[in-house]
Amino acid sequence: MNSQTPVISCRNVWKLFGADPERYLARMQGEKSYDEIRADGYIAGVKNVSIEVGRGEMLVIMGLSGSGKSTLVRCFSRLHDITGGSIEVEGQDIMSLTENELIELRRNKMGMVFQSFGLLPHRTVLDNVAFPLEMRGQDRHERRARALEVIRLVGLEGREEYFPRELSGGQQQRVGIARSLAIEPDIWFLDEPFSALDPLIRREMQDEFLRLQEMLGKTIVFITHDFDEALRLADRIAIMKNGAVEQCDTPDKIVMNPATDYVAKFTEEIDKARVVHAGALAHPLNGHVPDGQPVAARTTIHDLARRLVSDSGDELPVTDDTGAVVGVLNRQAALDVLMGDG
Amino acid sequence: MASVTDHTSLRDDRRSSGRMSALRLIFGAALLLLVLKAVGMLPEWLNRPPDWLIPPYAQWLDAFFNFIKGDMETGRPGLIYLTRWFSEGPLEFMLNTTANLLEGKRRWPNIGPISWSAIAAVATVIGYYLGGWRMAALAGGTFFWTALVGQWKLAMQTLSVISVAAPLAFVFGLTLGIVAWKYNWFDRAMRPILAVLQTLPFFTYLLPAVIFFKVGPTAGAVATIIYAMPPMILMTTLGLQKVSPEVVEAGKMAGCTRWQMLRHVYLPAARTEILVGVNQVIMLCLAMVVLTAFIGMPGLGAKLLAMMNSFKLGRSFEIGVTIVLLAVTLDRLSKAWVVKQPEHFEKGTPWWKRHFYTVLGCGAFVVFLGLAYLSNRVPNYTLIEGANQGNILQYLFSVLGDVHRTQDLSQGKEIDTAIKHFLDLDGIQATTEWLRWFLNVQVLIPFRNALLWVPTPAFILVIAGFAYWLAGRREAIIAAIFFSIVASTGWWDRSVITLYTVISAVVLAMLIGIPLAIWTARGAAPPLSLQGSAKDFAIGLVGLAFKRIPVLFGALLVSSLYHFFTAVEESAAFLSPTSPSLYIFGATFLVLWLAVRDWPRDKVVLTIVDTAQTFPSFIYLIPAIMLFGVNDVAVVFSILIFTLVPLTRYTVEGLRHVPPEMTEAADMSGATQVQKLTSVQLPLALPTMAVGFNQAIMFAFFMVIIAAFIGTQDLGQELQRTLAGTDLGKNFVLGICVSLMALTFDITINKWARNRKAALGLE
Repeated sequence: MNSQTPVISCRNVWKLFGADPERYLARMQGEKSYDEIRADGYIAGVKNVSIEVGRGEMLVIMGLSGSGKSTLVRCFSRLHDITGGSIEVEGQDIMSLTENELIELRRNKMGMVFQSFGLLPHRTVLDNVAFPLEMRGQDRHERRARALEVIRLVGLEGREEYFPRELSGGQQQRVGIARSLAIEPDIWFLDEPFSALDPLIRREMQDEFLRLQEMLGKTIVFITHDFDEALRLADRIAIMKNGAVEQCDTPDKIVMNPATDYVAKFTEEIDKARVVHAGALAHPLNGHVPDGQPVAARTTIHDLARRLVSDSGDELPVTDDTGAVVGVLNRQAALDVLMGDG
Repeated sequence: MASVTDHTSLRDDRRSSGRMSALRLIFGAALLLLVLKAVGMLPEWLNRPPDWLIPPYAQWLDAFFNFIKGDMETGRPGLIYLTRWFSEGPLEFMLNTTANLLEGKRRWPNIGPISWSAIAAVATVIGYYLGGWRMAALAGGTFFWTALVGQWKLAMQTLSVISVAAPLAFVFGLTLGIVAWKYNWFDRAMRPILAVLQTLPFFTYLLPAVIFFKVGPTAGAVATIIYAMPPMILMTTLGLQKVSPEVVEAGKMAGCTRWQMLRHVYLPAARTEILVGVNQVIMLCLAMVVLTAFIGMPGLGAKLLAMMNSFKLGRSFEIGVTIVLLAVTLDRLSKAWVVKQPEHFEKGTPWWKRHFYTVLGCGAFVVFLGLAYLSNRVPNYTLIEGANQGNILQYLFSVLGDVHRTQDLSQGKEIDTAIKHFLDLDGIQATTEWLRWFLNVQVLIPFRNALLWVPTPAFILVIAGFAYWLAGRREAIIAAIFFSIVASTGWWDRSVITLYTVISAVVLAMLIGIPLAIWTARGAAPPLSLQGSAKDFAIGLVGLAFKRIPVLFGALLVSSLYHFFTAVEESAAFLSPTSPSLYIFGATFLVLWLAVRDWPRDKVVLTIVDTAQTFPSFIYLIPAIMLFGVNDVAVVFSILIFTLVPLTRYTVEGLRHVPPEMTEAADMSGATQVQKLTSVQLPLALPTMAVGFNQAIMFAFFMVIIAAFIGTQDLGQELQRTLAGTDLGKNFVLGICVSLMALTFDITINKWARNRKAALGLE
């Protein structure tokens, strides 16, 4: 399988809650709105969602509570059975898996972190982290070694014998993270992992999380209701409302071109200059390369502020990570973004 | 939006006006029947259902039971082969094993009896592990007391059955609870059965147990298991349902199979509820095992029954204390186990330190076994003057193995005389005499006669009307059906007498319990404030009495014991200034008072109430018989003190959980204490109080049957009589009568409490 195939790909996925959702969906004429479905006595948890997650990508699903983001991620791991559509994980239709195949998939490929940690209260940190290894029958010595390794990775050395109730919220979530990483999953689901934490701890955990991701390079589906968190972490953001995806794009594009009024409401208060990168604002090369010191595509407009104000040229060359010039940044356009008129 | 609310309120109005007219109709019809009867124009068939209308339920049931039972003599297959196999096979084997270990019955494995001191030592270690020195003292002390008053063998006969019945009830309850949680249909089918089981009088458990499972310990164990199972089932289901969904999902994402989910995720996460279930199983086992004395099971219960029969109150009192101590110990230990959290050890802790208590327990066990062995080699020293009198150390050493008959410290006869002296005190006698006369002549008998006078249809209408008024149409229909069934069994008058006893006792208990609870919940407020209004003053005065009554009682008990031991010959006047008893009384009062003075009053009352809640119901008969002898007042009194417990507990609970911002709002609106109580706290506490009231009624229905022992004329008496024979059908019909009446109250009151809570937005 080449690296271009999406790791998770879902097409027209529906998840309805109610008396007989399959029949209701089969009989639905055209596409009904969320409220119409509700009037019929069903709740649309996920409403006709098609989305793909590439290898090594971090997709952040953002939405307010009740928007269906947690339901969607539970469909990916088949904690919920979907009502309609299809979900493929690494090219395999997960709805066709038998119970044992599903257990195998979860034991070897998937890890999940929960909002309220979901730790087993009667097990120590070590036993909690080793739990998935124990379930797949690894021997005691091996699983202990691996668990200690992950515990060190999340910075909880010395707390191995503690029970969850003896730890702070941040520490408990570190245990949750360690547990989800113990089996070395390819796909990592994080369901609002930092929402239950204090703002300061949350910031610290986000940094920690970025550090881990730098090291591990997993395929990640990250759920949050915090737009700033989404902007900070995401490769791509999917914004959900009433079970449907309103827009799915890179942070730059969402900030610059919100697809709907609903998305625009989130972006309104955002300091766009801190989100938009030079690369996203650049035009493709049009035959000629402007003069001047090139700017790196991955710097934000905010970081370029001094340069933009002091420079005199109309256009600046933009280079990618390898140093090759890939585009042209219009200084005026960038200044508009900086001033908040973009 | 406005139009929508208009509509609903309109509908509500219409519905409530429909309700009012239905209520008027029901009560009007009842009134008409009463008036007709009063003027003598009521036809007899409307007064009581005529005989030809009463179906022979008992015969039908007998035929049915006979059919499923099968017959061992003729060889007709049936249930009895299975039950007999169970009771003669595995169950009897287990009972024999524990009986051998604990009381030395000559059966496999033939190594018992284990000496009491070894058991007491292990209990002490377990107590220390679970709850520190206090628990160690309680657990060790209980066994120490039991052995030294010479009731070890009796207690072990009881415990050997419990130690089989409780684990079995736990296993069955857990299994059924898991099945009920897993399969919704099973849960739905189970709930009504459990509701009936929980209201069925225990005599109805006993007879089938005897018929299907042999007489003696096996039948007792079976009845106990069935009786103790329902709460275990309910708690298991509840606990499993309450496991946080994230923990469940975490388990699934870890790739658990179904069995791994149950074993490693669900059951450990539901640990607390399951252990609460275990606690209930143990308590119910103890309560029931005492009652199985009625079908001839040996042990503490049988002895208590025999002693009470021959009015040996001193010995009864001692056995009562043993039962209570055992109950409190088992209860506190299992509760401590519920809250006990595992501790972690740092890396490198040596093995014996990790398992310190196991090592200690085993060590103590072995050491005391050895000591007991040595102790049986020395003469039986006693503390009494005579041939074998030894000093205290010699005595203690010689009883480590067996407490010989001459060695026990029982004071049964002495306490007997002391109690009689106490009851002979003029003040006490006059009070109980007057109470007995007043309650009997002025309250109970007129009330009973009035209820018996009411024509059956009017009675059913009034009950249904109340159910309709309080709960709703569904409950009214249920009430009418249930009471009609009771009427159709032909046991109407006895049912009414049962009901009358229950109602009188609960009403009396409310008169005492609710003021007590209100006073308790007022917590830290000064008990007697001179600035308050006259009502405040009255509440304060009542409070003052309540807090001192236990102290007073304790002091009185100690001094009368002393009074007895020193002045057996002449009955010196207790209240004369020369009597040392008076000073003893004063000193004890002072000591006790100093001990509890600093306790907040709610702690005093709740400690008493919570302890009383663990007493097996049988115990409550002792003071009742002691004070009032054998009559209706004693019955009502024993039910009264039994039901006082839940009434007080729940009222305190309800008042305490009134949201503080509401009482603060009342304070800021300038409400006086009394206004705050009547218009804020009580209305908000009412739904919780109703739950307590409901439990009180259930307790009363339970107790009224036991009170058959004192001598009643109600269903319980008939039930007790059936125990002697094989009248399974009649036994069931009577049991169902009790159960149906209790269920009517249960359903109605619970529904009312739920409605009320929803209306107040409390849940």
